[in-house]
Amino acid sequence: MESKHVHEQIAAMRQSFFNEEVLNKNFSQLEQLEGKDNPNFVEEVFTMYLRDSIAFLETIEEAMKTIPIDSIKVDSILHQLKGSSASVGANKVLKEVNKTRQVLGKGNLERTKASILELRKEYDSFKAKLEPYFQLKQANSMAQEK
Amino acid sequence: MNVSSVKGSMSISSSTSTWKAGDTISDQFPAGLRVLVVDDDPTCLMILEKMLIACLYKVTKCNRAETALSKLRENKNGYDIVLSDVHMPDMDGFKLLEHIGLEMDLPVIMMSADDGKQVVMKGVTHGACDYLIKPVRIEALKNIWQHVVRKRKNEWKEFEQSGSVEEGDRQPKQSDDADYSSSANEGNWKGSKKRKDEEEETDERDDTSTLKKPRVVWSVELHQQFVAAVNQLGIDKAVPKKILELMNVPGLTRENVASHLQKYRLYLRRLSGVSQHQSNLSTIISAQDPTFGSLSSLSGLDLQTLAATGQLPAQSLARLQAAGLGRATAKSGIPITLVDQRNIFSFENPKLRFGEGQQQHMTNKQQVNLLHGIPTTMEPKQLVSLRHAAQSIGNMNMQVPPHGAQNSQNNPLLMQMGQQQQQSRGQILVDSTINHAPRLSSSMGQPILSNGIATNVSSRNGIPENIRAPGYSQTPSMLNFPVNHASELPGNSFALGSTPGVSILTSKGAFQEDVNSEIKGSGGLMPSYDVFNDLNQHKPQSWELQNVGMAFDTSQHSNSLQGNLDLTQSALGQQGFSSGQMNGHNRSAAVANKAMFSTGDVKELGSAQNVNQHLNNLLVDNTIRIKSERVCDTSPANIFPDHFGQDDLMSALLKQQESVASSENEFDFDGYSMNNIPV
Repeated sequence: MESKHVHEQIAAMRQSFFNEEVLNKNFSQLEQLEGKDNPNFVEEVFTMYLRDSIAFLETIEEAMKTIPIDSIKVDSILHQLKGSSASVGANKVLKEVNKTRQVLGKGNLERTKASILELRKEYDSFKAKLEPYFQLKQANSMAQEK
Repeated sequence: MNVSSVKGSMSISSSTSTWKAGDTISDQFPAGLRVLVVDDDPTCLMILEKMLIACLYKVTKCNRAETALSKLRENKNGYDIVLSDVHMPDMDGFKLLEHIGLEMDLPVIMMSADDGKQVVMKGVTHGACDYLIKPVRIEALKNIWQHVVRKRKNEWKEFEQSGSVEEGDRQPKQSDDADYSSSANEGNWKGSKKRKDEEEETDERDDTSTLKKPRVVWSVELHQQFVAAVNQLGIDKAVPKKILELMNVPGLTRENVASHLQKYRLYLRRLSGVSQHQSNLSTIISAQDPTFGSLSSLSGLDLQTLAATGQLPAQSLARLQAAGLGRATAKSGIPITLVDQRNIFSFENPKLRFGEGQQQHMTNKQQVNLLHGIPTTMEPKQLVSLRHAAQSIGNMNMQVPPHGAQNSQNNPLLMQMGQQQQQSRGQILVDSTINHAPRLSSSMGQPILSNGIATNVSSRNGIPENIRAPGYSQTPSMLNFPVNHASELPGNSFALGSTPGVSILTSKGAFQEDVNSEIKGSGGLMPSYDVFNDLNQHKPQSWELQNVGMAFDTSQHSNSLQGNLDLTQSALGQQGFSSGQMNGHNRSAAVANKAMFSTGDVKELGSAQNVNQHLNNLLVDNTIRIKSERVCDTSPANIFPDHFGQDDLMSALLKQQESVASSENEFDFDGYSMNNIPV
């Protein structure tokens, strides 16, 4: 019962992510890759992603503070972030990354800075949503093992 | 191996059986495909690895390009295909593509979050087999085995074609496929020993199939003998039969020699094409040295170009063109010399036109633009030669593939090129120019020249088919080819020095000479060009271009890099110009290309802004010029080691390639030359 309830909760959370477009189909692809021999694959990937992207974001924020701004470097990091966000299915984050790159490409630094702030917000929100999801999943599977 | 016999019907069967790793896997093909995946992003790497495992492939992952290269080098036959990200911190993905094409001749698939047309085009021109956009779906990965098969098949086909005349000469020791898988990896002269072993193995395995022919391992010594024989006979007169007699190697068949000759010719052609660009600018006169030696000046460049294998072509072309533009005015005199020197020039001109057309065809506009934009005084010939070079490179790739083993020296280059450029050699060339052009301005050194060769992009331009036929376009390898030879050439000789047209490479090495002479004299070139042409969809044109390119090369004997570079540049410029004249649209294309460069590159390079400016200001020439000059400075040092032993050559080449990465200039220049070749 309990586990069933948790199950439903997890499913609901997951579905909401898709509904809100926080995640896209790439996430499902990842889920499909999960199997018996690697049940926590998705979570591992996400842990890695969250860790790396925060590092990227921080680097970007630092770079934006230097004068003159090394836009090439920033763009390069954004490019990386784009790739990884796309691969894990972090939809909204990806959109923000693209937006930021566009604005940066146009050379508008002020807008770029604003865009980066948005990106950061999106990322934080993403993290805040996914982490409890995985925790719940983890707890659930552990409970089930019992 | 039973496997091979079982699969006798399939050309691939031999390849699968040749997977050295395990004969047993062939039945389960594509399961067990040995994939090397390179991506600096750990998240992506992890996901890719997982997906590949799900496809039942055998996966090795690396997060750095250097690591990947060393893994590949350590275990040349240990992998069937490579997946690489474009954007990596330690080395540009396209550069890696070139390296792989040169050294191992493995199919390489590029990946990137970028789906910009330019980048994809770059992949194509650099010789990539395919280009995947991130996020990569597992479905896309499920089919990557096709590239392995295709490559082997092409190699085999080439082998077949070249050796078909005398099937009975020698029982195929190994099917091409088998060779391909094994030799391809070795891809170079060095691997001869291994090859021999493999050959023996395959002999046992594939003794009956008429289609399968034993793959001869063209060891360094063997190749030197070959080159000596060719030089002795004279490029024009070098027919397989005679070469075979001269070489007097027991067990070698006429077929083996014929196919090797084909590759060699392509190689020379490529060299001449590249060198033309360079030499055009500097010393057309030295055209008499057919040897790849001309690479001396070019070699730096060529090497780079080659190194880029995928990248260079486009870039070099662009650069060369740019350089050409810049130097066009300065070197007005050069074209003349070229003209005088080579008879070929005369028909190069018409070719130029074609070349242009082809270019357009290939890159459609971008290529043309390049040429166009270059207001060089260079005659169309130069342009043609550029094309030629481009084409030859492409052709070389094609032809070479099957004999990856054979041209150990060249193969690495060729192979690489071929692999990558299955699809559109021309594109690569074109792309490279285009892509590189902007780059040139921004970063001389962008070693990344992402050789457009990443032509792996599957037939995006439609040319791929053609290219494939001959045997996967290996532009990268082609490019590299000259380079390798360049160093080797000196040793070989300038016997052909006097051969007009051949000498373009300015005495880089006997090889060059041979190549040049071969190119010029023998009609054999035609075929290769044709292949290439097909790719470009301008058969006649491409061929012509190729010839032109060759002529160019010879004339460019420029002994000094500078000279070559200049030549190339001017040649490019001229070519571009002449092309433009020829084809009204070239001009617009050129312009468009520039614009494209700027935009495309901007993103890529980051310093795009600079690039854009350059481009926009049509300062490409200037930048390129600068670059080429810089290249000259650097390349000579790198390129011309005194020792042109094959090994040395290889290492020199590799070094150059690496140095290319470090020395943008060199790279740019090479890329330029390649680019200049109108596609």
